[in-house]
Amino acid sequence: MSIFEYNGSALAAMVGKNCFAIASDRRLGVNLQTVATDFQRIFKIHDKLYIGLSGLATDAQTMYQRLVFRHKLYQLREERDMKPQTFASLVSALLYEKRFGPYFCQPVIAGLGDDDVPFICTMDCLGAKELAKDFVVSGTASESLYGACESMYKPNMESEELFETISQALLSSVDRDCLSGWGGHVLLVLLVFTLSHILCQFQGHQPKCRKEP
Amino acid sequence: MGYMCWSSEIAYSGGMARFAADVPTRGGFSFDLCQRNEMLLKKGNQLPTFRKTGTTIVGLVFEDGVILGADTRATEGPIVADKNCEKIHYMAPNIYCCGAGTAADTEAVTDMVSSQLQLHRYATGRESRVVTALTLLKSHLFSYQGHVSAALVLGGVDITGPHLHTVYPHGSTDTLPFATMGSGSLAAMAIFESKFREGLTRDEGIKLVSEAICSGIFNDLGSGSNVDVCVITRGQTEYLRNHQLPNPRTYVSSRGYNFLKGHTGKTGEPYIPPNPRR
Repeated sequence: MSIFEYNGSALAAMVGKNCFAIASDRRLGVNLQTVATDFQRIFKIHDKLYIGLSGLATDAQTMYQRLVFRHKLYQLREERDMKPQTFASLVSALLYEKRFGPYFCQPVIAGLGDDDVPFICTMDCLGAKELAKDFVVSGTASESLYGACESMYKPNMESEELFETISQALLSSVDRDCLSGWGGHVLLVLLVFTLSHILCQFQGHQPKCRKEP
Repeated sequence: MGYMCWSSEIAYSGGMARFAADVPTRGGFSFDLCQRNEMLLKKGNQLPTFRKTGTTIVGLVFEDGVILGADTRATEGPIVADKNCEKIHYMAPNIYCCGAGTAADTEAVTDMVSSQLQLHRYATGRESRVVTALTLLKSHLFSYQGHVSAALVLGGVDITGPHLHTVYPHGSTDTLPFATMGSGSLAAMAIFESKFREGLTRDEGIKLVSEAICSGIFNDLGSGSNVDVCVITRGQTEYLRNHQLPNPRTYVSSRGYNFLKGHTGKTGEPYIPPNPRR
């Protein structure tokens, strides 16, 4: 089994009209056993910048701590928050530094840049950046997520529709992946405020919360 | 370049202060996690696949300068990770470099040499020469003995004329009138070998480069999507991003998905999870 499949994860981020959404699953496992159903994978760097870290959970937490440390130093020196593009370069450099003994995590970075233009980006575990204009995905469910996002995504969605789309894409993809699931955690960031929701997903036979059309 | 190996040796042998205080490092690679990763490998976990640009990259010299071409697909194993990535990297205003191999390595190495060239321009007050970029690249790659997996096609026009070189991951280089690299190199080379001649005009050169890249796109599974072209002449560079789009997306649903508000079940009031304790 690959090291990325040790804990299991699913992450997606999508761009909408002057907003972005980032979503993750909530399962933490040890191989095939579930250890937690409320694991946090999306972390806030500042009000307009979030990073989700998939892959090995311990490396994700270590990376997050190092990044917050570096961002706080930057805030002290520059007296402002980091732009998402700058932050993406920082993450890339930290990952590439460990080229021959890498951190086993794949970040998904989402933020509002200058003029509140949404910015999303993902990287492999060595820091090769992929900037996308529509959506980025990461984690064990990434193959399903690629398919779901590719078909469900529309450009310039308003925030409510964006929330629904990313939630449905995430839930339908993790349904097809044993290693991720137990609901979802979606953060929707607009110019004015951030909305964060926990999604529920049925486990077992009875659907609890997901409404059928 | 020597300082890179030096600082990494210190990280490997000393290793103490670096863990506790996460001081911004002095550059170069750090080998802190190698022991842990070895242990994980022994326990039966496989190493991950890195994002590669299984690629078609080409370059040719025409009458006024150099034309570089590349496809735009980035793969992660069998999955296409990026359908429109940029493989033609900026090195200097008159020098560009196409990269194949591990995506992180090509990006990092071209970024690094581009910065070194800028510093060199400030120090000398002159336009950068292609052989300078070539030497910086090859000595970096040789010192890592091929482990930095970057295969590059470097092209540019400087005071001594147009130049085109290929750089292999182990540090060897070739100087050629036309060159191809990557998994689609054989498909592209077939086009070049049959149609290349000295003294092509600009339009003929662009057409030939596009044909070679398209040949790679359609015949090689590791290459795909669009064609990027970069034309470098004395005093001017034109980067034609997505010069051709031979693979448009035609499977769009006209209605699309329409999820109504409230379609997805939520557990209740929104909340912001606390950030983990440090």
